[in-house]
Amino acid sequence: MTVALAGKDIAAKLEEKFPGSVEASGRDFVVVRSGSLMPVAAYLKDTPELDFSYLNYITAVDYFQYFEVIYQFTSLKHNHSIMLKVRSPGREKPALPSLVGLWQGADFQEREIYDLMGIRFEGHPNMKRIFLWEGFAGHPLRKDYL
Amino acid sequence: MEITRYGGAVYSDADLDRVEGQVIEELKASSQQPIADPDAWLDEEIKKNILVTSVDAVLNWAQRSSLWTAICFPACCAFEFIAANGPRFDLSRFGMEILRASPRQADLMITAGTLTWKMAPNVRRIYHQMPEPKWVIAMGACAISGGIFASSYNVVPGYNRIIPVDVYVPGCPPRPEALIYGIRMLQKKIARKSNFNLERSSK
Repeated sequence: MTVALAGKDIAAKLEEKFPGSVEASGRDFVVVRSGSLMPVAAYLKDTPELDFSYLNYITAVDYFQYFEVIYQFTSLKHNHSIMLKVRSPGREKPALPSLVGLWQGADFQEREIYDLMGIRFEGHPNMKRIFLWEGFAGHPLRKDYL
Repeated sequence: MEITRYGGAVYSDADLDRVEGQVIEELKASSQQPIADPDAWLDEEIKKNILVTSVDAVLNWAQRSSLWTAICFPACCAFEFIAANGPRFDLSRFGMEILRASPRQADLMITAGTLTWKMAPNVRRIYHQMPEPKWVIAMGACAISGGIFASSYNVVPGYNRIIPVDVYVPGCPPRPEALIYGIRMLQKKIARKSNFNLERSSK
């Protein structure tokens, strides 16, 4: 069974490596600031003792004050996993860095989140709608849609 | 010799051989004459058998007995269709076991599933690519009215918004029996069809 690494441990590691990057942490998740998402993600993927080579999924939640994007990473080698969260404040033009460069599997999922939640992923090679058509008004999974 | 019996069955080789020998002897004794050819009467009778019917009846019979379905199943009702097509319900009894991957070879569209607006142009194109005469069965609640997704931002509220529908089969999903009943209804509808409009051609 895959072991969910303790959020506090990972948070301490990240705080040591990238001071000021961790916003909060819990039993099995770490919330990082959007500015340090790219270096943190690269660190999680490339550090041999972490080796999070596999991106399980990306999803997003609308909390009204901010949007939260949630990443689940698994290491197939060490058989452990961690949940990474990142928040984007404001409702007008939420934007976060794209992880397609690190995990190819992020491609369609980031497009889906852009399509349904309206969070733009900077650096994505093809940031356009995936389920709905060009010209659709609004982002239907937002809490204030309809 | 003591014969051991297990639940009435004989498991001794000698007994089995004896029973087999009896069966063969009986069959041989009762099979000394060849069975008469059951088709022997045909030669003379076939000359007397000439059927007279209308062109409509023959055309409609041919069309309704060979409904070929275009493969276009957007969602979960497809599984009931697959079940209906399988050996248990056996759609081939009605001359339509063949699914056509090319709409050019199909004359029936069974709209098995929820249709999104994103997919709608493709389904309509498949319908337009089917040659006349062609029919549509709206299978399931989603195909009839959008079902539980009727008020969604991305679901077509009924296939009859984009293509004409002949038969509606309700259910979520409909049982294979219901689908087969709908197909039978469509076959009845085809049987009533008039292929020649004499009034129009006389003008």
